[in-house]
Amino acid sequence: MGKNQLSTKTIVAIGIGAAVFVILGRFVSIPTGIPNTTVETAYAFLALMALLFGPIVGGLIGLIGHALKDAIFYGTPWWSWVIVSALVGFLFGLASRKINLDEGQFGAKQMVSFNIIQVIAQAIGWFFIAPMLDILIYAEPANKVFVQGIVAGVSNMVTVGVLGTLLVAAYAKTRTKSGSLRVEK
Amino acid sequence: MKKPIIAFNDFSFKYRSQQEPTLYNIDLTIYEGEKVLIVGPSGSGKSTLAHCMNGLIPFSYKGEITGSLQMMGKETKDQSIFQLSKMVGTVLQDPDGQFIGLTVGEDIAFALENDCIPQDEMTGRVTAVSNMVGMNDYLHSSLHQLSGGQKQRVALAGVMVDNVNILLFDEPLANLDPATGKEAIALIDRIQKETNTTVVIVEHRLEDVLYRDVDRIIVMNKGRIVSDLHPDELLATNVLEECGIREPLYLKAIKYSGSAITPDMLPSHIESVNLDNCKDNLLHWLEKKDGLSEPKYKAEPVLQLESISFHYDSGKEILKDISFTIHKGEMVSIVGANGAGKSTLTKVICGFEAPTRGKLYYNGKDMTNDTIKERSLKIGLVMQNPNQMISKTFVYDEVAFGLVIRGVPEAEIRERVEETLKICGLYPFRNWPISALSFGQKKRVTIASILVLQPEVIILDEPTAGQDFRHYKEIMEFLVELNERGVTILMITHDMHLMLEYTPRAIVIANGRKLADKSAADVLTDRNIIREANLKETSLLDLAERLQLPEPGEFVRHFIHVDKGGNGIGSKYVSVR
Amino acid sequence: MAVNMLAFVDRSSPIHRLSGATKFLCFIMWSLAGMLTYDTRVLLFMLVASLIIFTVSKIKVKEVSFVLLFIFLFLLLNDIAIFIFSPLEGVKIYGTKHVLFHIAGQYDVTVEQLFYELNITLKYFSIIPAALLFIKTTNPSEFASSLNRIGVSYRVAFAVAIALRYIPDIQRDFQTIAHAQQARGIDMSRKETIFKRAKNALAIVLPLIFSSLERIETISNVMDLRGFGKHKKRTWYSARPFKKSDYIALITVVALFTVSMLVTFYDGSRFYNPFV
Repeated sequence: MGKNQLSTKTIVAIGIGAAVFVILGRFVSIPTGIPNTTVETAYAFLALMALLFGPIVGGLIGLIGHALKDAIFYGTPWWSWVIVSALVGFLFGLASRKINLDEGQFGAKQMVSFNIIQVIAQAIGWFFIAPMLDILIYAEPANKVFVQGIVAGVSNMVTVGVLGTLLVAAYAKTRTKSGSLRVEK
Repeated sequence: MKKPIIAFNDFSFKYRSQQEPTLYNIDLTIYEGEKVLIVGPSGSGKSTLAHCMNGLIPFSYKGEITGSLQMMGKETKDQSIFQLSKMVGTVLQDPDGQFIGLTVGEDIAFALENDCIPQDEMTGRVTAVSNMVGMNDYLHSSLHQLSGGQKQRVALAGVMVDNVNILLFDEPLANLDPATGKEAIALIDRIQKETNTTVVIVEHRLEDVLYRDVDRIIVMNKGRIVSDLHPDELLATNVLEECGIREPLYLKAIKYSGSAITPDMLPSHIESVNLDNCKDNLLHWLEKKDGLSEPKYKAEPVLQLESISFHYDSGKEILKDISFTIHKGEMVSIVGANGAGKSTLTKVICGFEAPTRGKLYYNGKDMTNDTIKERSLKIGLVMQNPNQMISKTFVYDEVAFGLVIRGVPEAEIRERVEETLKICGLYPFRNWPISALSFGQKKRVTIASILVLQPEVIILDEPTAGQDFRHYKEIMEFLVELNERGVTILMITHDMHLMLEYTPRAIVIANGRKLADKSAADVLTDRNIIREANLKETSLLDLAERLQLPEPGEFVRHFIHVDKGGNGIGSKYVSVR
Repeated sequence: MAVNMLAFVDRSSPIHRLSGATKFLCFIMWSLAGMLTYDTRVLLFMLVASLIIFTVSKIKVKEVSFVLLFIFLFLLLNDIAIFIFSPLEGVKIYGTKHVLFHIAGQYDVTVEQLFYELNITLKYFSIIPAALLFIKTTNPSEFASSLNRIGVSYRVAFAVAIALRYIPDIQRDFQTIAHAQQARGIDMSRKETIFKRAKNALAIVLPLIFSSLERIETISNVMDLRGFGKHKKRTWYSARPFKKSDYIALITVVALFTVSMLVTFYDGSRFYNPFV
């Protein structure tokens, strides 16, 4: 097997990751009260997967997951936003170089760098790329798409910042070595 | 002469993440065309041994190997997992997790696709092998539509299609209902005879596997092989008992009656075991039975179902006119085939689905229209898979969770959680991450997280699925303790032993109807019910029939009575509450 | 919880008989054309053509009505939002201003704006039947092989197959977990505040994610044991060979795509301007 090929586990991670992305995107998005803005738990999950498996997996889960979700539940993929999901997943994955979750390290330092990366990634994605694509493809009014992008971006930044950080921290904690545990009276 | 096909030679293995080796100095040779059963309690290393044969060790699970393992004369260390997969076909225990294709045909073809077999040839081979396992009419069906037994046939076909030399079954019975498990064993036997492959079965349900002949039984314990004998010889020893593996019940009965088991009795099948020398002892033993009484309930009803029917919007009726009453302090089994409607019944009781007809009463009050949340304070539900319930990292937080979201004051939470943890034997682990616990302990955590809400009734879905005998007993005895504290317990189970041993009463569901509601011993001695509900008769019934006893049910009850006493958990079921 | 989702329905129609690769390529080209053009004539033609193919495909409107309803609602809201944000966008694009009536402030209703918004709506409408066609008539088993055939690496194509294969399983897991957690008193209804609901959601999301991570382990073991990734290529049991109709369909769509691009960009603008 060549080195640059994706391993079986990576392939499965992409497939299952995309399936979970679809289900979370469809069933666990919580309306915030602001029209058209929801807490998308799927992006918190995307961040975890990208941290665990790297940028390629992150990007492909975003791409496949979002495209399938749109197709199955809403009839047609909204390509401009699908592309952004892929990009954001890819960028999240860049943080995986700095953070080794499998050894259970996710302290304050890692939390900060994770959040810096996720905010930058989502700013690029939602504040610029998504509106640009909407203008290019649909010639929608600039002010409308930028407002939409900013609202979605901020909401997703908060979601990933809060739920995503909690999720990643919860995962890291499960990696605690049982050797360090003591039975208490 | 016999040709060795699998040869372990002074083989040891240590997982990279562990301090101690999991396998120590294994010497084992399996010959071409043999059928070998490997038994052992959880953690004995039997699954690790299987992983060494199919190449998952060291390909997926890294670690240190010493000694040698040759498969068909080739050292596995020098082989890739792909080369090994040509020799060994593995059928895993989880019938859902192991399917990759969307349809039956596609899944069977998976190995061929990876081998770049042209489509025409592939179709022919898939048809041939699916004929062999009797799934030819389902090639285009989605795997989601199949029953547990059919899924297993597909899994088997999927490895057979590669013309492997060795078939390896990793706990093939774990998720099947009893009758389907029996069919699976018969199928494995037939396939082995037809294709003359070597078969290795890893399983702890010894009696069920022995439904068909095996050549040898390897017993593993603590990483070593402790016995390697013909079944008849093994059953005449005490090895199984010492390792915590359940012996066939009919042999236990013979032992209780004071006779010894010898290899020349041919004890491996109830049909063939020679009873000449132990018949008198057994009949005499039965005469000694003391005044057994059926459980009586003075207590008032706690949960009543009245003509409950249910169907989804479009579908056919899943539950039809089911009525029964559960009394305070009872411990009841709900049994029936996969898909009979047992889990739908749970959903209706817990309020996830509203019945289309009928009423539910709790303590005499109509609760048909109560919400899930309202019912959750009265009836707790413990899922089969603890991983589907656990949402916190630490034991304490997980157990406290239900109280926290209800806004219970913190001091009270602490008190109740600690109390519950003590009852469940988890107090010493309260600050542990749940991921560091064993499966059985995790199960306890989920039970504790329900118990802390102080429901009067707890429903458990397959509380002991996939557990070895020791863990099974641990969990069940813990439940008995809870039951003694007054908690009413309802269990959905496939495990005939469990129902017989621990629940005085059993409700049998078949095709959405209540088929029977009587004592577990009576259910398992009624061949009509057994057939209709896909259950499996206990071998004690066969034994009683071979002894031509007029009342087989009595015999079964007496056995359980003695067995309980022997286990030191007393005959408390028969006392009047 | 019965949830509507679009799924493949096996029927006998010329569209069903096309290979998945053909349908995928046609769908992509169709979408691309719909995205690039703003020419009303092209959009109208695409809409009519796709409606005709839709009828040929024997898909029942009933099967997709829930999606259509959603799309109508979405487009209506979108059109209103566009007007609120930029009432004179049409004027900007088409360069003329024919006021129909005045509402307030800068909010004039102009013919240009209406025409522009009609075009946006048409853009969506011209793609949607094609997308629905693709989803409803392509056997998911065959889809992975199609992706592979058009050049996607078989590993990535297989990841898509796994996603399709496991969506129902993950959905069932999700429901089981949601039930288990509700039975412990978690309230997912709208009664709770957003923070509480997000926290409660985590109680469902965490077990779902952890059990899915476990699934990844099992499935990748099974795939390794059955020889996945052994060779540089693989064959597909459900692949459908290219037939004459596939070539005809592909050539037709390529031709239509080229014509639509020519018509659109002939005058140097992607907009068709009836006002000058």
